[in-house]
Amino acid sequence: MTETKNQAPAPAFLETYIREQRKKKDILLMTHIVMGYPSFEASFEIVRQMVDAGVDLMELQIPFSEPMADGPVILKANQAALDSGATVEKCFEFAQKVSDCFDIPFLFMTYGNILYKYGMDAFAARMSEIGVKGAIVPDFPPEEANDYLSAMNKHDMSAVFIFSPETSDQRMKMIDTHATGFIYCLARKGVTGKDTQFSSDMGSYLARCRKSTRLPTAVGFGVKEKADIDFLVGKADIAVVGSQTIREVEQKGVDATGPFIRSLIE
Amino acid sequence: MKHRGYYGPFGGAFLPEILVATFEELNAQFRQAKEDKHFWEEYETLMATYSCRPTPLTYAENLTRHFGGAKIYIKREDLNHTGAHKANNVMGQGLLVKRMGKKRVIAETGAGQHGVATATMAAKFGFDCTIYMGEVDVLRQRPNVFWMEQLGATVVPVTDGTRILKDAINEAFRDWVTNMDTTHYVLGTACGPHPFPEMVSWFQSIIGKEARVQIMKAEGRLPSKVFACVGGGSNAMGLFQGFMDDPVELVGVEAGGKGIASGRHASRLCSEDASFGIAQGYKTYFLQNSDGQMKETHSISAGLDYVGVSPILANMRDQGKARFEYATDTEVVDALKLTMRMEGIIPALESCHAFAGAFKEVANMSTDDIIIINQSGRGDKDIFTVADAIGDPKWKEFICSKAGEYRND
Ligand SMILES: Cc1ncc(COP(=O)(O)O)c(C=O)c1O
Repeated sequence: MTETKNQAPAPAFLETYIREQRKKKDILLMTHIVMGYPSFEASFEIVRQMVDAGVDLMELQIPFSEPMADGPVILKANQAALDSGATVEKCFEFAQKVSDCFDIPFLFMTYGNILYKYGMDAFAARMSEIGVKGAIVPDFPPEEANDYLSAMNKHDMSAVFIFSPETSDQRMKMIDTHATGFIYCLARKGVTGKDTQFSSDMGSYLARCRKSTRLPTAVGFGVKEKADIDFLVGKADIAVVGSQTIREVEQKGVDATGPFIRSLIE
Repeated sequence: MKHRGYYGPFGGAFLPEILVATFEELNAQFRQAKEDKHFWEEYETLMATYSCRPTPLTYAENLTRHFGGAKIYIKREDLNHTGAHKANNVMGQGLLVKRMGKKRVIAETGAGQHGVATATMAAKFGFDCTIYMGEVDVLRQRPNVFWMEQLGATVVPVTDGTRILKDAINEAFRDWVTNMDTTHYVLGTACGPHPFPEMVSWFQSIIGKEARVQIMKAEGRLPSKVFACVGGGSNAMGLFQGFMDDPVELVGVEAGGKGIASGRHASRLCSEDASFGIAQGYKTYFLQNSDGQMKETHSISAGLDYVGVSPILANMRDQGKARFEYATDTEVVDALKLTMRMEGIIPALESCHAFAGAFKEVANMSTDDIIIINQSGRGDKDIFTVADAIGDPKWKEFICSKAGEYRND
């Protein structure tokens, strides 16, 4: 990592959008899907219902064969999507379609190899072309993100970075200098999809996160019901619901998406 | 700039944020240990008294006569405690775990040798132990599963992905990101995020250090070539480090599976099928498709059946400092049969790749030449696979009657 580039990048579209939305709501809701799971048609319908129910922004995960940071639910969804023929190209086409059809910001979530293989600059250019606003890449810590950051900044894409309960104050400040859009704060250790205790301990951690960044904060990992989101009001700007929607769809079908999202918001 | 474990363009530490602090601690402990002369002495004493170090360097007189070329020596890692070079790395990391004050260890395993070594270390040092092993490997290396469990470890069969070594590594990482406060992940090969490639290679360097002294004592001169099989690359790095600054050709032999043309192999460095990628926390040559999705690999030996390879070896290949070849499943079984009959030695199927690779070249070398083959492990664990490959009717009969006995229990 060159030490010259510690100027915070200019606020991108995403940050401005989040701040505007926050004027209207106490907390925003970001949801997550694995593109192509259980099929691209189903994915589209899930997105439609989520937007219709009032989701503020969405993570679209490009499936990867080695999703190291994901727990059993998302891991299996990644595998199933790949097994039924999801490719990076189809994911780009899907992302273009949803960002054309729906008026909320979409982000990519995926692992570094997908960008690396596509070519970092080409990937960011393509994102910009299809109207995706940013990306979350959990295996690109800032120290390994030089090429990624240049490409994302060049194309005005937000590069969302992650804080964890293990991250020191000093490191949070370092990460903040590279991040754009918002900071994704992991609610706890572990992988996606396991239960989380929303307790006072987390309150002080989230206060520490807030203090360490100039950006809005999102909290994810284990958020699955309204009570969790209510807990986060005043402590973060965005609540992230991931594995739980996949579970709902697996148990009750695609049409359970809208009612589930409404149960979180209303 | 801080040393981040790059070897040319390969290596690095592509870590999820949650593990960054854990790696900082591990790095600091490792750096301290590496600079502390007493640590290496403690390590050597442990390996001499608990394991069987130095392991012998055996002159393979009959194989030498059979091929009529270079003199063949075999470095006997099979005589290391638990039957493979894996113990070198595991006992070393075990000493670090004691220094870090952690109470639980986890590991991935393919052949089961690394799992058995880790379970052994955990028993000796009083750690809890969980081993992740792909379901396919659980079936083909059943004897090692039995021993891991008897040694007190929990063996978790991994049913995701291709259900082999890489999937076991992913699962071990998933455990680690949850339990890093109490737990150390004993990675079994010279891969993964920095400092693992450097650290595992450092512990394994004991192989090459010994081999160099031993060959100088036996012959008074250096070998022309040394051969090692390459899964993740730890036994190869171990042997090669003894001869890095010498005019010795370093030859790594990868799993050729059903042949390179079949696509069913695990040859990352000697085939055109691999390309630069980032996965499992590091950058190297991976067997992957054009989207960057990892491919299914194949080898008769579970321990070489892996999509990635040590970033240190990848760099040595690109710099022309080591040469990489492959041996197919069939060549490997032939090499095993020949070595058993001629020398009374039973190498692991992984190690047999090094033998098969050497056998292809040795007859064309001069009788003044010397080679060393690294026998990374012993073959007992492969009894089921080898019996199938050979098609031994008496073994089948025995298994059937044993099954009958159990059924009547
Ligand atoms: C006996 C033996 N040799 C070789 C290997 C391959 O590993 P590496 O390339 O790290 O030496 C294994 C791995 O399981 C093994 O058990």
